[in-house]
Amino acid sequence: MSGLQIVFLIVAVVTLFSGVMVVASRKMMHSALWLILTLLGVAILFATLQAGFFAIVQVLVYIGAISILIIFTLMLTRRVMDDEHPQVIKGWWLPAVMAVILFGLIAGFLATWEDFQVMLNELPADAENLAAFGSALVNPAGYVIPFEVASVLLLAALVGAIYIAVERKEKVG
Amino acid sequence: MTSETLIWLIPLPPLLAFFLIVLFTNRNKALSHWLALIAAGLSWLAGMIVFFKAVNTEGLSEHPFAQSIPWLPTGNTSLKIGIQIDPLSTVVLFFVAWTVLMIFIYSVGYHNFGQPAGKHDRKGLPPEGAEIKDKEGKIVHVPSIEPMYSRFFALISLFAFAMFLLVITDNLLTLYVGWEIMGLCSYLLIGFWYAKESARKAMIKAFLTTRVGDVFMLLGLAALYSLTGTLNYQEILGNPAVLEQLAGALSPVLGLSWAALIGILIFIGTVGKSAQFPLHIWLPDAMEGPTPVSAMIHAATMVSAGVYLVIRFFPLLSAGWEPGGVVTTPMLVMGIIGAFTALFAATIAVAQNDVKRVLAYSTISQLGYMIAALGVGAYAAAAFHLVTHAFFKALLFLGSGSIIHGMEHGVLHTGEHIDPQNMLNMGGLRKKMPVTFWTFLIGGLALSGFPLVTAGFWSKDEILSGAFTGGNMGVFIALALAALLTAFYTARQITLTFLGQPRTKAAEHAHESKWTMTLPLVVLSVFAVGAGWSGIPADFPGLGGLIPNWFEEFVGSMLHFEPAEAVHSLVPLFTSLAVALGGLALGWVVYRRLSERVDPLEKPLGGIYTVLKNKYYMDEFYQATVIRPANWVANVFTYKFLDQTIIDGVLHAIARFGVWLGNGLRNIIDLPLVNGAGDTAAATTRGVGMFLRSKQSGRIQQYMVIAISLLVLAGLVIYFTVGIS
Amino acid sequence: MIPLSWYLIAAAALFCIGLFGVLSRKNAVSILMSVELMLNAVNINLLAFWHYHTQLQGAGQITPQVFVAMVFIVAAAEVAVGLALIISAYRRRETPVVDEMTLLKG
Repeated sequence: MSGLQIVFLIVAVVTLFSGVMVVASRKMMHSALWLILTLLGVAILFATLQAGFFAIVQVLVYIGAISILIIFTLMLTRRVMDDEHPQVIKGWWLPAVMAVILFGLIAGFLATWEDFQVMLNELPADAENLAAFGSALVNPAGYVIPFEVASVLLLAALVGAIYIAVERKEKVG
Repeated sequence: MTSETLIWLIPLPPLLAFFLIVLFTNRNKALSHWLALIAAGLSWLAGMIVFFKAVNTEGLSEHPFAQSIPWLPTGNTSLKIGIQIDPLSTVVLFFVAWTVLMIFIYSVGYHNFGQPAGKHDRKGLPPEGAEIKDKEGKIVHVPSIEPMYSRFFALISLFAFAMFLLVITDNLLTLYVGWEIMGLCSYLLIGFWYAKESARKAMIKAFLTTRVGDVFMLLGLAALYSLTGTLNYQEILGNPAVLEQLAGALSPVLGLSWAALIGILIFIGTVGKSAQFPLHIWLPDAMEGPTPVSAMIHAATMVSAGVYLVIRFFPLLSAGWEPGGVVTTPMLVMGIIGAFTALFAATIAVAQNDVKRVLAYSTISQLGYMIAALGVGAYAAAAFHLVTHAFFKALLFLGSGSIIHGMEHGVLHTGEHIDPQNMLNMGGLRKKMPVTFWTFLIGGLALSGFPLVTAGFWSKDEILSGAFTGGNMGVFIALALAALLTAFYTARQITLTFLGQPRTKAAEHAHESKWTMTLPLVVLSVFAVGAGWSGIPADFPGLGGLIPNWFEEFVGSMLHFEPAEAVHSLVPLFTSLAVALGGLALGWVVYRRLSERVDPLEKPLGGIYTVLKNKYYMDEFYQATVIRPANWVANVFTYKFLDQTIIDGVLHAIARFGVWLGNGLRNIIDLPLVNGAGDTAAATTRGVGMFLRSKQSGRIQQYMVIAISLLVLAGLVIYFTVGIS
Repeated sequence: MIPLSWYLIAAAALFCIGLFGVLSRKNAVSILMSVELMLNAVNINLLAFWHYHTQLQGAGQITPQVFVAMVFIVAAAEVAVGLALIISAYRRRETPVVDEMTLLKG
């Protein structure tokens, strides 16, 4: 077992454990903090895949923006966040069973694939090739339309979020 | 700027106008209509430049203006969008640009721009009129401005965008996009006065009925794409090898070839959109919308789009057909449905009293003509009639709107409670509304095919002679009869409306509409006459050859085979002369001296009249055979039986079983045996029972759990039985 | 030198944890967080396969990267709208509290 494999195992175990804590912890704020740990673990997994760019984006976007947003929301809505009672619905065991069976199924199906056990070797340093990725995003023969649509989506989300969350005067008065 | 760039730009101004009006100028009525008008004007200008360039280009059909860009990469290929202007789209673009611009101008007057807002006007209802004081301080009733004026211009701009998009596109995908946007716009505009129950019903009816056709059309497109790997016109229709291959390959349905199957599927789309029998029922109800919308739907856009589609796909529909030979299955279907619809709708139109409804049925009938023309292979004639019909039908609809407007003015003035759309309440409007009268007369004569001067005569004559030389006597007779009826009901309409003496006080006080409404009428009436001269057959006695038969040469060059040399015969010519003049004269004679507000045909025709008046009870038929069963299934079967009995029953049974089992365990095993362990088991089973019972909670998460459970179940089944490798 | 299978298994596990959270948590924010877990699992998969294909076919495998970027964008949009909804819903429920405060004041 190589050093990288050990690193992977440690990171994966931490990630999954904190993932479980995200869905299991009773206090919302703890959940959010565990989520940050999970996201960090995922970022390290990206790095072990030699996708350095996405590892950084993961840290910036998820940890830097999304988790902070979630934590802000938690603090803003503190009073209705009832931390005393169980955070899961009554029949929680059924989803749990389903999730476990689904995991087994996915693993089972994956195991039938011949390349399942293939080793991921180290790629050459320029494998990520960000320049090609960047130009593909703005190339009409590539992905410019999905890219533009995604920008519109973001804009719409921005406008929508402001519209929904903005405090209306007449409601207050 | 190259023509290609200009073509790309044609549909954009109305779209831009739509967004600007919706987002920014919604409150400012004048700004909204100026935006829409300028947008329509820009599109019109670009359209005209492209039109003249296209007309002056040699061999346009072989080398159309075309350009495309890849749009959506899908795996190894990518869906492309692009533009193409060939002879067919050139002529369609011509009439669309003109009619759209005229309808826009007309809408300004129709919605009473410049009038005060009514006190009782509400959004979603037609304006009821306002009270103002005139110079002498007397209170008078005047029409009031439409409360949702800006909304109207926004929607109609979007509508125009969709139609331009559909015309300039080079592939079926964007055509379908435009097609569906028009479906949406027609829904919104038919139900423009949404507070009226009838408008709401009409909008749903129009949307659902056209949807039936659209689904079939989508199937056709999907089949076409999977067989040829492209949706581009040139690559499918301009490629004889592909057509031959499609015509030769056998499809799995009814022993039709793939070409025939796809052709029929696409034709069903047209049946829905162009309101052919049996999906015609939505179109008369579409009259619930404001009149410019009716003109838009019936002349410039929607229904023309359907016919345009089948004309465009004629090479596919006729794949394997030689001029003079046996027609293909889709052509046969089109011939039968078209001729039948033409006659069927014309008979209904005879017994309608609503001025717009007559025109609605006449539209259905005229569209039947075009479809039937394609069915007998008269390709250029169908396109020609499409163009001329667009002009004179837009003219007639706008004219009828002007009539209604004048009558509403009379109603407001006199306070009489009569239906301003009922022709029996009119009469003698000729002197009150001279411009409307003369233009309407021109439109009416064009519709009935008044010989030599009107456009309708030339196009109709060409269709009739196409049907005659095509050797299809059944179609020919049906079309000739329909033409007779058309002339008859047109004469009836004009006589009832404009001639004779006013039959109500409101009609006495009707007066001419504003210039914004009459100007489009005048412009359109020029085309209703002049558009015909571009297509005078070369072998027409006397006149033929004076003006070259430009239209047929231009549009006919789209087909790759030479149209059969028309066996010249005077029979269709005399037939069309006789039916047009005879019908007109008959209509005039019957309705000339009407003074009672009763149709003089009602008594002699008796039961037939009732049947016609009720449109052959088609609506009732659908009500009984489709809508009520669907409601019944939804209510009784799905809701009461499936949901309440089966699903609830199963869940309750499981719950009850759980409770029963719990009790049973408790009574039989637990109590006598180990009490504590038994209690736990019973409580658990009871818990299961309660849990299952709580499944009917309406909580989204629980439904999701059920969905995931089924997914897992399916996965397990696949894993243990089939495997994937 | 890590087997592809490890990544896939880890991603599957993370996905199922997220799924469980979505199905069982009461609080809307928790559900949103669980959705994030699921999206991250998908991203791990995408990048693992990106690595795999780059290894097989050489550099220049753009599509997986584009998809990952799209997932990021969608996640950001979804969180923004979702949290706005939650805040808005929160405000509705807060209304009675505001009433109370004015009562006390008066």
